[in-house]
This record gives sequence, structure tokens and C-alpha cells, in this order.
Amino acid sequence: MSVRHGLLALLAEQPRYGYQLRTEFEARTGATWPLNIGQVYTTLARLERDGLVIPRGNDGEGHAYYAITDIGRAEVARWFSKPVARTVPPPRDELAIKLALAITAPGVDVLRITQAQRTHTLRALQDYTRLKVRATDRDIAWTLVLDSLIFQAEAEIRWLDHCESRLARAEAAAHKPASSQPNRHAFTQHARGAGS
Amino acid sequence: MTRSDSQPILRMVNVHRTHGRGEAAVHALRGVSLQVRPGELVAVMGPSGSGKSTLLTIAGGLDMATSGEAFVEGVPLGSLSGRDLARVRRRSVGYVFQDLNLIPALTAAENVALPRELDGASARQARREAMDALAELDLGDLADRFPDDMSGGQQQRAAIARALIGPRRLVLADEPTGALDSETGEAVLRLLRNRCDAGAAGVLVTHEARHAGWADRVVFLRDGLIVDDTGGQADAESLLEGAR
Repeated sequence: MSVRHGLLALLAEQPRYGYQLRTEFEARTGATWPLNIGQVYTTLARLERDGLVIPRGNDGEGHAYYAITDIGRAEVARWFSKPVARTVPPPRDELAIKLALAITAPGVDVLRITQAQRTHTLRALQDYTRLKVRATDRDIAWTLVLDSLIFQAEAEIRWLDHCESRLARAEAAAHKPASSQPNRHAFTQHARGAGS
Repeated sequence: MTRSDSQPILRMVNVHRTHGRGEAAVHALRGVSLQVRPGELVAVMGPSGSGKSTLLTIAGGLDMATSGEAFVEGVPLGSLSGRDLARVRRRSVGYVFQDLNLIPALTAAENVALPRELDGASARQARREAMDALAELDLGDLADRFPDDMSGGQQQRAAIARALIGPRRLVLADEPTGALDSETGEAVLRLLRNRCDAGAAGVLVTHEARHAGWADRVVFLRDGLIVDDTGGQADAESLLEGAR
């Protein structure tokens, strides 16, 4: 997503000036994507350069209005109709990289990492849910943004669960000739360490 | 939401639960302590076999601790006679379990009213409360249907209405949204949340983080021990600064 398309979509509704665009953008997205005003003006300048918007003059109070052009409208339509690309190359997800390194690094307790991350992400999930509880029926756009954050957090937690059970299985397989007890024991040791 | 000054409705102290003995003993719980106060909803998460459901059945007096004690509204469950225990279960505790246990020969309203009638409420009073509970779950129109004539989701909601009817102050839920789509599931959690906000204590066992998000506190079980706890309520504002 680009700020560019966001602003363009707002201008497709009606001509607006910079500050208005910023306020409207934040109101619609629940301020999950805060904009600074400088960013808004730079984006408007580029949109103008590319022929997607044109200046619509000044309202006498110092507000410089912008209006969308036909090319701009076509661009908005294209944006709405096209799926958002998955990040390419694969997402540089710090957590995935951290776990990948932790698994091979000597002396790192992977279970401790996944547990700490899960608790952290669960707290965020609780916060999103609280914000959702407070939202009213009129805040549907904002609620959908929150739902998106909630589902993403949930996906991360599910992935952490998956990592843990996968590692437990791998470890169990590695210790198979002996017994699976030592493994279980290792879990317990950890559990005691992290107990609150 | 969390009223730390009030007495806990549920208090579990160093609860152990062992099935079998000797070599074959399985330690389902190995020293769990947990308090849930009025107004508080606590979610319990953890892998399969970590002891989540055992915790819930002991909290509700459906199973007994091998050692340690569970208190509901200050009453130690382990010391009660069968009859007294049944009364605590009926009066103080509402259960929403995975298997719904609706009685097929009774209508939705009769199912929901049953615990109140067993409690000695008049049939008319019980019926009125049941209708309110059903309406709260959007089931008012189905009050006189039998479970077999209801969809899985409707049965689930009727079971929840039954768990929430009357003045029970401890609500125990084990994967309460099992048969429901995500929208309806959310409505159930909202209801559970409201019930807790109104002063009940709730314990929600779930493997879905999205559902645990409705709780004030999430505890994590592994191998019969609580290994982590998200703690009390953080300030939502700190997360999305000035969003609302």
C-alpha cells in the first residue's frame, strides 16, 4: 500500500487540501498509519507531477486545494481492483529470522523465545480487542482495521504454537533410542524458570 | 475492569490432579494456583494435554483435586458432601462445555430454565428468566423448538443461555465457540465479556488466541503448570497512541 493511493482515493471523492487529507486519512484508518503533514505535501507534489491531481486554487484562507484528474481516477480504480502483492522477496520478518538463528545457535533456549513472544503478542491482541469493544456500530472501518490486526496477531501465535510442537517432535525423534522422559523434563525445567 | 480489592470468586491453591498411580500415573495438574475476581475474565491457553480442561472441571467441582484446594465464593469444594457440592455447582457455577448436553426431550426454553427450576424457582419465574437469556442470544423465536430442530450454532447458543441464566457468579467455558462461525463466535465472547463486566468471574479455556484476546488476563499452561501470564490490563492507548 502506498500513501499515494490512499490520498488519491480520498481525492476521488472530492477536492481537498493537505491538512484535510491527513485528518481524513487517519480518521478512516483509525490512525494505524499516522501521516506527517510533510509526507502529505511531498506526495501531493508527486501526484501533480505525474498528472494524477491538479491544483484547484486557494480558498482565501490559505488552503491549497487539489482535485483528481481522469488519469488519477483510473489509477484509483486500478488500485481497488488489484490484489495487494505479497511482499517479494519473502518478508524480512525479524521473528522468523530470530527463531531460525536461535535453533542453530548453541545455548539458546528456543522455548523461552517463543513463550516470551507469544505473551507479548497476546497482550497486543488483548489491547486490540479492548479497542474493538469500545468501538461503536458506526466505527465499521475502524473495526475492520482492528480485526485485521487481531487476525495477524492470531496468525503469529498459531505459528509460534506450530514451531513449538514441531521442535518438540524433532527433539523427541533425536532422543528416540533412549527415552522421551528427558525431553519432557527439559520442558518442566523451563516452565519452572519462567513461572510467575 | 479488574477489581483487585474484592475477594476472588474462584481461588485455586496449589492444585494437583493425578490420574492413576505408580509408574502409570499421569500428572494432569502439578501445582496450579489461580485467582479470578468479580469482573475478571481469565483465559487459559496451552497445548493439548497441558491440563486446561482438568483445571476447568476442578474449578467447577466436576472433578476433585488430588491435593491442594479449589474455593468457589470462599467455599472449599473438596470438603463438601455430594449434595452440597451439587448445590454449589447449580447455584454458583455456569458451564459452557464443548459437548452441549442439551436434553433432547426438552425445548430450548425448558433446557435453559432447568437449572433455575432445580434451584427452586417457580416454573413461571424460571421460564421468564429463560426467555430473557434466550433473547440475549437472539434465540427468542426458537424458545419452543427441540434441540434436534435447531442448527449446531443455535444449540450452542442455547447451551450458553443455560450457562448464563440466573445469578451464577462463576462462568466456566471450554471452547465455547466450537460450532460457531467467527461472527457468531464473537457475539458469544462479547456476551461472556458483558457477564464478567457485570460482576461475574469467568474462566475461558481456548486454543484460539483471538478468543483469549477478550480476557483481562491470559495464563498459559504446559505440562500441568502455569508457565506464563499476560498480567493485568495494560493501557490500550499505549499501543495505538491517540487512535481514539
